[in-house]
Amino acid sequence: MSGQSAATLRKQPAAPPPIKRILSWGRYPKVAHHHVHKPAWNDQIPEILQAAAPASLLPYGLGRSYGDSCLNAGRGLIDCRRLNRILGFEESTGLLRCESGVSLSDIVDVFLPKGWFLPVTPGTRFVTVGGAIANDVHGKNHHCAGTFGAHVRQIGLHRSNDGLVICNSGSEANSDMLRATIGGLGLTGVIAWADIQLKRVAGPWIDAESIPFQSLNTFLELSRESNDRFEYTVAWLDCFAGKNPRGIFFRGNHAADSGKEFHPRRGPKLPFALPEWMLNRYSVKAFNTAYYRIHATRKGAAVVPYDSFFYPLDSIRQWNLLYGRQGFLQYQCVIPETNVEAFEELLDRIARSGMGSFLGVLKQFGSAPPAGVLSFPRPGLTLALDFAMRGERTLKLMQSLDEVVQQSGGALYPAKDARMSPALFEASFPRWRGFVPYIDPKMSSSFWRRVTGVQ
Amino acid sequence: MTVTAHPTTTRPAATPAAAMNATAMKKIVILGATSAIALEVQRQLAHQGRELLLVARSPQRLAELQADLVIRGAQRVLTYSTNLASIQQHAAVFEFVRRNFPDFDTVLLAYGSMHDQKDSETSVDVLLEELQVNFVSATAILTWFAADLERRHTGCLAAITSVAGDRGRRSNYVYGSAKGALSLFLQGLRSRLHPAGVRVITVKPGPVQTAMTDTMPNSARFADPEQVARDIVRALERRSPDVLYTPKIWRYIMTAVQQIPETIFKRLSF
Repeated sequence: MSGQSAATLRKQPAAPPPIKRILSWGRYPKVAHHHVHKPAWNDQIPEILQAAAPASLLPYGLGRSYGDSCLNAGRGLIDCRRLNRILGFEESTGLLRCESGVSLSDIVDVFLPKGWFLPVTPGTRFVTVGGAIANDVHGKNHHCAGTFGAHVRQIGLHRSNDGLVICNSGSEANSDMLRATIGGLGLTGVIAWADIQLKRVAGPWIDAESIPFQSLNTFLELSRESNDRFEYTVAWLDCFAGKNPRGIFFRGNHAADSGKEFHPRRGPKLPFALPEWMLNRYSVKAFNTAYYRIHATRKGAAVVPYDSFFYPLDSIRQWNLLYGRQGFLQYQCVIPETNVEAFEELLDRIARSGMGSFLGVLKQFGSAPPAGVLSFPRPGLTLALDFAMRGERTLKLMQSLDEVVQQSGGALYPAKDARMSPALFEASFPRWRGFVPYIDPKMSSSFWRRVTGVQ
Repeated sequence: MTVTAHPTTTRPAATPAAAMNATAMKKIVILGATSAIALEVQRQLAHQGRELLLVARSPQRLAELQADLVIRGAQRVLTYSTNLASIQQHAAVFEFVRRNFPDFDTVLLAYGSMHDQKDSETSVDVLLEELQVNFVSATAILTWFAADLERRHTGCLAAITSVAGDRGRRSNYVYGSAKGALSLFLQGLRSRLHPAGVRVITVKPGPVQTAMTDTMPNSARFADPEQVARDIVRALERRSPDVLYTPKIWRYIMTAVQQIPETIFKRLSF
């Protein structure tokens, strides 16, 4: 507060200066926005949409997309975080209706004590419902539950040209608009509210198991063998190990209520961006070795609280500052399972670059049909890996990974991307032109302009 | 318009101290329930399982709030839709509260308006509206509730004013004078209600991130409404302080600001 004085109380004339402090989670690219609307009520949205210029707005949530899919450089954002009310809940069925700015964290806090949990949760709880739908996020249970969008029954969607449109997942009204909005990167309009089917659980505990592995084949065997018996499966991967990577396989199920008392934790916060020299191949290798050894010795089954199982990184707030002032890029691709050689080639290129980081995550997607027109998950192996942004050489490495992904018939995840080429987007989402008619004429995003060339 | 306490048969002959100890916060009336700070206060009170009566203009927004707060744990949420800036409506507001929420124990006044200061320098209408909403209507509605709590020898009245009311400044003295006058009113009311064991809390927030301040420079560095609400809820639960600065640092900032001699202060442009 020390930088403030009573002078800040002064009301300024209408046109605010470009607002620079809106970043995505990767803190790259750093762009300025022309204006940021912060509606607190759904009844304010139609007016904002009416007054806007064509292709000038994009809904923004908690900013957990890594690249530029939640940004709209030089144009406007609608910050939806104040639209955070829960509008209804059916105790008997677990059907929740909430506004789009409600966070998954909030849903867990309110409904887990009542015995309900998210049908699908990504690796962070700090995303909004609107963001979870717009990116059609997936989680450790993709092989049995599909994506978040598969559990959205109905939404109310503010459209600039035809008001509030009710879109239903059944054969009823506007199911095509719902399928476009799921995974639609916020481009189809502003979600007013969504009906989400929660899932019954016995309590906050997970029966978890961790198993070290030392090759891709072992991982695949473990994954295939576990996917029938375990609701949640995922692996951490040491990306410095090359073609035969070591890693830890995690699997779990919701535990029966043990009566054990649950105390939520609140972890430390990274106060500022770490100096960039602290993150180098030696420090990261040392971290990965230590992480592997600790988990390898701790292997076996345990009952763990849901938050450490689903959201280990949430325990360090602002962990994205770890990568320094330039930020970082996450690379998440999916490669068809039939193409294990391509996957090995990818790992090999990453290992040889020496630029990978600690957070390598590996998961075998299931075969559920996509919930949205532009949904990312599809059968295959998905790998997510962070790279500290170090300019041209980081981008070059990622381009070389792109070649492998594209040749294998794989895809990149828009929610994590800040630099893929239009060609790779086309290869990843060959149906994107069918999505275009559903875009709200007032909406656009940095990502969309970059990968489609549409202004 | 006169405000009369409603006739009672029995009056608890409690001493102020005993009455104070008895004031557990259970049933809260919020005037201006859709204001940004009130939203956060209500959420925290809902989490504690309190009973709430919300007064605000928009029936639609009140309905959304009611659903949200009940699901979040509020034991009961009543709503009443009216424009509190209009004093003619106050008798009806109070009548609704008296009928449906007769044993309320806490009242929080949370509404206010802030125009661009420049507009009220050139338009007397804007000036008067600013005073009407922030001062005149606020004191009017508080008077109804004060009489009732005084009669019942219990409860707590709290109102959100502003640090802007602690000193008249070039850039914001209209809003500041209305809020400063409200603070003075509360100071007197506190003294009047003290013998009856009714607490009066003046809440003076520094700049808070709300719709009221979104267009100001540096608004990203303003206080988080959730933190301000936490301070308010804590003050409502406990017996102190009479004047709550939130975040706390504003107590010290305003103490310093008030020490600046007028000959210097009048030359400062903020």
